[in-house]
Amino acid sequence: MELNGARILLECLKREGVDVLFGYPGGAVIDIYDELPRHDIRHVLVRHEQAAVHAADGLARASGKVGVCLVTSGPGATNTVTGIATAYADSIPMVVLTGQVPTPLIGNDAFQEVDIVGITRPCTKHNYLVKDVRDLARVLRQAFYLARSGRPGPVLVDLPKDVMQAKTEFVWPEDVKLRSYNPTYRPNLNQLRRAVEALLEAKRPLFFAGGGVVMSDASEELGWLARTLSIPVTSTLMGLGAFPGDDPLWLGMIGMHGTYAGNKAVNNADCIVAVGARFDDRVTGRLSAFASGARIIHIDIDPTSIRKNVRVDIPVVGDCRKALAGIREIATTRLAEKDWATAHEPWLAQVSAWRTEQPLTYVKNGSIKPQQVVETIFSITKGDAIVTTEVGQNQMWTAQFFTFRKPRTLLTSGGLGTMGYGFPAAIGAQFAFPDKLVIDMAGDGSIQMNIQELATAVCNKLPIKIVILNNGYLGMVRQWQELFYQRNYCSTCMEAQPDFVKLAEAYGAEGYRITDPGELESTLRTAFASPNTAVIDVRVEREENVYPMVPAGAALDEMLLV
Amino acid sequence: MRHVLSVLVENEPGVLSRVAGLFSGRGFNIESLNVAPTLEEGVSLMTITTSGEEQIIEQIVKQLRKLVTVIKVVDFIDVSAVEREMMIVKVQADDARRAEVLRIADIFRCKVVDVSLNDLTLEATGDHGKVQAILSLLARFGIKEIARTGTVAMRRSMQPESV
Repeated sequence: MELNGARILLECLKREGVDVLFGYPGGAVIDIYDELPRHDIRHVLVRHEQAAVHAADGLARASGKVGVCLVTSGPGATNTVTGIATAYADSIPMVVLTGQVPTPLIGNDAFQEVDIVGITRPCTKHNYLVKDVRDLARVLRQAFYLARSGRPGPVLVDLPKDVMQAKTEFVWPEDVKLRSYNPTYRPNLNQLRRAVEALLEAKRPLFFAGGGVVMSDASEELGWLARTLSIPVTSTLMGLGAFPGDDPLWLGMIGMHGTYAGNKAVNNADCIVAVGARFDDRVTGRLSAFASGARIIHIDIDPTSIRKNVRVDIPVVGDCRKALAGIREIATTRLAEKDWATAHEPWLAQVSAWRTEQPLTYVKNGSIKPQQVVETIFSITKGDAIVTTEVGQNQMWTAQFFTFRKPRTLLTSGGLGTMGYGFPAAIGAQFAFPDKLVIDMAGDGSIQMNIQELATAVCNKLPIKIVILNNGYLGMVRQWQELFYQRNYCSTCMEAQPDFVKLAEAYGAEGYRITDPGELESTLRTAFASPNTAVIDVRVEREENVYPMVPAGAALDEMLLV
Repeated sequence: MRHVLSVLVENEPGVLSRVAGLFSGRGFNIESLNVAPTLEEGVSLMTITTSGEEQIIEQIVKQLRKLVTVIKVVDFIDVSAVEREMMIVKVQADDARRAEVLRIADIFRCKVVDVSLNDLTLEATGDHGKVQAILSLLARFGIKEIARTGTVAMRRSMQPESV
């Protein structure tokens, strides 16, 4: 039987395992929306297309599935660009479906026409314009395959209106054939042997986990290796949760706002196993001083990550989990060659001394400290929550003071640093896990970038908790202005802000305000216990800074401390 | 260091833009770029001349391979190859100079493809070095216009072992 493009699209989505679709209708996609009610796919109507992409992203990060969103042509499509770039920077599997003007009009500057394939070429893993309905099923199959395989990433499919209306025989392609795309999953055995050899020789080894560990579900292998071989562990922001934050071998995140122990360890280690990390400038500090005494073993599925920023002694291209499992297998046969615990004992004593010397801390006074808010939330939830963040100080304090113990419990825009990410991502995460507590740690600046999604959360009865660390500033920029620009607080003071409690109530959510430290815990408990969407406006110390801080261009161990 | 890269691509709309965008977006340098179909339908060959330090070239090659529409990348620095580019050059050549220009053209086995009272148009082929040499020798006569192709290259066949 011949089906139209819209129907074929939805049949394909179902076969790819899609049950939630975040979207916003428009002229170019009406045919798809017309077909939608006849399919067992839940459509979540957002209030801005950027939020549809972040929600799909949040669902993908929390669940590991491919997130999907659907928007119309022109402005609908351009509004997705920030979300796509966010997902691309953090390698998140996603398929973005955009409407397009009918094929005969393409290139004519038609109403609501943009070349979205051209616009998103540098921020998608791949993208397609479907010009013939007979290509539709194959293209969608490829799009999902590309999004989730290899180094995952967003794939955009542009769907002209007439292609959605045109009919053809629907054939579901069982296989995906792409001769030019063959990601390397299985690492080279010889390189793995060399890695084990290096670990046998090391006196001060260190594991350094990135988002790739989370993505490839390699936490168990990492944990086994760290514990069996007595090797301490640090991570990037994206790697938080890949290794339990309460394990004695855990040193905390490294980088610009990393821990003292983590940053010291990187620059004093003699062997670093970097797993699924890409050595972003926020992580390495001044490159010439980064890990200068260490042999670097770099495991990554993307060959371009290797030797892009940092010299590598033993490159391993492959899936992180397969690579760590391979190292485990080889190491198991050679465990007896080294008394690992004894050999690393002085090193473990050293990193532990750094940890005691300069733990993550802050000065308590009569006001509410943002770090204290994060700690209180951790103690109330016992860490059993999915936490999303916005970007800036709220993000760093969450990374520092919430103890992440499991992968996929922190959803944060690491690479692109997108303000406005956290709340829509929380919506996506809540759809993936309806029974979990989902908390968006926000700042008063970031939350206003996608606050319109309160309507989406309320009308879908999502019990998301938005905790605003409200300091009336764009705090991270203000911190830079304070430290490096002679306190010239140009355009970072945001005292003119809405009454967040009333705003929440206007949308039909619950609003709470906390100004007294004595009420912090009790009010948070009340809000978290509520079955409704809740906004908690916490008035925190206005000019609190995030420490430690490695100034831009400084070496990792040149930290400003509290 | 100058590198000639042979890049086999799926001949789809936008493939040139993907490759060009990769170079411009990452600040890589393109000296010349040549695209044409191959024997296989749907497959095109791009020959890209670029330059940079070893680590940059490594990134360029890896980034090209990462593009979904790129089938194969060969860096001719690693293999023995035949390399050619073609140039059409219009040189000032009045009666007094014509003989001298023709002599140079002859030495470099250029073809005369057009002639007028005041200029000669030559067609020259050769590797990058030869074309540069022709240009620099003709410069003193006054070059009015040039049009050059980018470099194209092909791996040499295996030679029998020398006795």
